[in-house]
Amino acid sequence: MPLASRSYSYGLRDLTVAFAFTISVKLVVTSVICIPVYRSIHETFVPVSFCPKRKAVPISQSPLLQLRIHHHLVNPTTVATYNLKVNGKIRRVDVDPATPLLWVLRDHLDLSGTKYGCGVAQCGACTVHLDGTAVRSCQLPVSVVGKGAVTTIEGLAATAGSASLHPVQKAWLDHDVAQCGYCQAGQIMSAASLLNTTPNPSDADIEAAMSSNICRCGTYLRIKDAIKSAAKK
Amino acid sequence: MSQKTTSSGAGYVARRDVLKTLGLTGAAFVLGTSASNAASVLGTFATPDALPAPVELTPYVIIERTGKITLMNTRPEIGQGTFQSIPALIAEELGVTLDQVTIRQTGGQKAFGWAQFAGGSMSVRTDYLPMRKVGASAREMLVQAAANTWNVPASECTVANARVLHKASNRSLGYGELAEAAAKLPVPTDPKLKDPNDFVILGKDARRPDVPAKSSGKAQFGIDMSVPGMVYASIERSPVFGSKVVSFDDAKTKQIKGVRQVLKAERVLESRRFEGVAVVADTYWAALQGRKALQVRWDHQGHDAFSSAQYEQHLRDLAKTDGLVDHSVGDFAKAIAEAPVQLEAFYETPVVSHSPMEPMNCLVSWTAPDAVEIWTSSQVPGGIKSQLAGEFKISPDNVTVHITFNGGGFGRRLYPDYVLETAHIAKAVGKPVKAIWTREDDTQLGPFRPMTFSAMRAGMSADGKPLAFQHKVISPSLDATLGKPHDGKKVDKTMTEGIGEQKYELPNLESRYVYAESHIPMAAWRAVTSTTLAFAHEGFLDELAHKAGKDPMHYRLSLLTKDSDAKRVLTKLREVSNWDKPLPVGKGRGVAQWEFFAGLAGQVVEVAKQADGSVKVEKVYCVIDLGTVVNPDMVRAQIEGAICMGLVAATKDGITFANGQAQQANFDTNRMLRINEMPKVEVHILADGGPTIKGVGEPGLPPLAPALANAIFAATGKRLRRLPMNLEKIA
Repeated sequence: MPLASRSYSYGLRDLTVAFAFTISVKLVVTSVICIPVYRSIHETFVPVSFCPKRKAVPISQSPLLQLRIHHHLVNPTTVATYNLKVNGKIRRVDVDPATPLLWVLRDHLDLSGTKYGCGVAQCGACTVHLDGTAVRSCQLPVSVVGKGAVTTIEGLAATAGSASLHPVQKAWLDHDVAQCGYCQAGQIMSAASLLNTTPNPSDADIEAAMSSNICRCGTYLRIKDAIKSAAKK
Repeated sequence: MSQKTTSSGAGYVARRDVLKTLGLTGAAFVLGTSASNAASVLGTFATPDALPAPVELTPYVIIERTGKITLMNTRPEIGQGTFQSIPALIAEELGVTLDQVTIRQTGGQKAFGWAQFAGGSMSVRTDYLPMRKVGASAREMLVQAAANTWNVPASECTVANARVLHKASNRSLGYGELAEAAAKLPVPTDPKLKDPNDFVILGKDARRPDVPAKSSGKAQFGIDMSVPGMVYASIERSPVFGSKVVSFDDAKTKQIKGVRQVLKAERVLESRRFEGVAVVADTYWAALQGRKALQVRWDHQGHDAFSSAQYEQHLRDLAKTDGLVDHSVGDFAKAIAEAPVQLEAFYETPVVSHSPMEPMNCLVSWTAPDAVEIWTSSQVPGGIKSQLAGEFKISPDNVTVHITFNGGGFGRRLYPDYVLETAHIAKAVGKPVKAIWTREDDTQLGPFRPMTFSAMRAGMSADGKPLAFQHKVISPSLDATLGKPHDGKKVDKTMTEGIGEQKYELPNLESRYVYAESHIPMAAWRAVTSTTLAFAHEGFLDELAHKAGKDPMHYRLSLLTKDSDAKRVLTKLREVSNWDKPLPVGKGRGVAQWEFFAGLAGQVVEVAKQADGSVKVEKVYCVIDLGTVVNPDMVRAQIEGAICMGLVAATKDGITFANGQAQQANFDTNRMLRINEMPKVEVHILADGGPTIKGVGEPGLPPLAPALANAIFAATGKRLRRLPMNLEKIA
């Protein structure tokens, strides 16, 4: 009887594919970026949407993260304390350093608006902002968040000085975008991040920035319209 | 064990005296009672934690003295919009707007009858009259109560915005003020329904009441639910279907901080059972790490030899057998033998996944050895009740089900296998358990949309008139793959869905079914088998048109001489798509329509050949025949979504098997359509007021694949008969 082998791609994976953004260093984006350029989590993330191939990289092929996971498995009882800045408040958590920010938000901080969709930065349901820029929280270990300001869908309106709705959220209501709604927090966070850097996006800008977010219900046409009307305001 | 929400309120029992029934429709409402636990729809998702207890009642309308109005929605919200469309039916007749009410989802309680499910594009067309009658009865009682108070004839009173008005004396009373008196009146057995010309909600574009919550992170899905003391589970199952657990080594798993327990699990999918090993931990992340460290030894029962390539060849071989006659008009054998022109083609389609964005998950809490409470995303609250009751030999009354918003359904959540599996784990663990499937689990473990192969044959006259037409389906049987005994003498009608319903005047038409055994579990999927059969049927019809040297649209219309809905759809489609206006060189358009159990729609797809040999889908025109429409904008949204999903099934990876297991696991290998690939969509709704009402959620899918293949043929001259079509390499 054979011993079944099963490879997992969930969990931490190659950051060069996983992450969506340049945080402190602006990059000229070319397909070349899809080869590993990771230096420090606060330097370079690579936009998934610009990668020509969304090839999942098994954990085993991601040397840097393999190290982290290996460390984690060898020391499975590791727990560290983090003081995260989430939606303008300092929140203390005691968790395994490898825990993705997604699960810290959902299971430790009761912020369930950020969704789990794939665990490998392929779908964007887990998108939050780190210092105003969209990142995939399913691939962001809590240990590397540091002093970065995390904004989730629950805190987005406040970043626009509103108690209720961010202009992007308002546009989502105006266009009745959501169907099942599960991906929409991630869509809205990606759209808000796009408008932060590109206040008047073209169709191509929208497609490039939003192609990291999957909607299975097919609300894409409304998403595009909503972003355009949010941009006008 | 403390719970997040309380069980059904005993307080309601004492208020039975104010509950009223409506015998005729089986509908009723509650007046003068308090639904104190009903949360605002804009806040947390309202779960029916305190529904009235009496089982013989069906209380869809609750009006409190404060004026608060709660309407019950029996149709789980899976994205299709029943959170708006069903309450709108009640609200229209009741004389309230949806922003004046709280909407609550029912959880399979007997009081609301059997039809508490979302499937088959059935919600609006089934509930259209019963729910309007519920609202109308309540309105008549409230009006009578006001008329009695003012001592005026009820006929002089009108309603608006949750108030009864008597214009002659300029008086009005709110529904809350009238509720108690109204509840004492007899329930009208035949309430007068509004004239559709007076509708203020139905038939008009209306915003969905769930969108604000879904745009602010406040909407709660099954995966978001929690109760105190809850632990998490991640379950390792063999990706080879039917494997047995020989042994497992959890030594490394148990070293992970937070892991509590490792135990054998069982997934009960209809009549099939699949073994697994569950890792239970304090956090989901710990459960996942524990699972990753787990070593399971499986006995694959020989199923690890299964491959798609071999199975496909098996289906091709079976195509040479006769199979069983499904539907027959005239004498196909005689007609084909005599036909001067003959045509044959073979069409192939793959297995595909549902892949709702919210992976399967469930929260289960056993509150007593024979009582259980469930929080989950599901299309079948009633099915959960009955299946859990059967599995654990407990009373369905002891199964409390809370249906949250569903992060997508598409037919996957018609099967509560993930609920039963979690219930077993929670029972063994003795704590509330939330189990969450990974995306890989969700992709690889099915059940899947079945594949069908189609052997097509036709005979034509010398001038291109069809004389004989045969569609032979070779496929597994959906029911059989879920463990139902297969009767080799009977056609599984799900697998020949819609073929006999097409309105084309095809003489000597015959459909046949050849059964192929499969151990891969297959299931309903948005528009089910119509999504694959239409590809063959409408693709082959296109081949006939080209063989006859006729325009495919004109050819189809020439086969529809009698008046029919299909003829009206195609005629409208020809007009709105500017069919008769030629496209520039390098572009092409294709047409298809499909009528089946869910309804009827037709589509024209426009494609453009690109310089690199790829093909771009530029625009899709859709005409959907409804008869009556409740919310046109939501219909447009459903068609946009169906086109997106149809494009994934027609052009993306699909699920293939090697060594017994799915070769796709996550969205990198089981790719979905992304925003840059979404074509423009133009939707036209045929709704002249009835008399029939057709479904919305599914009919937008079946025409997409054949219309696309037909368009590609028009643009490139390449006839594609196998899905998925690789749009990157066509020309």
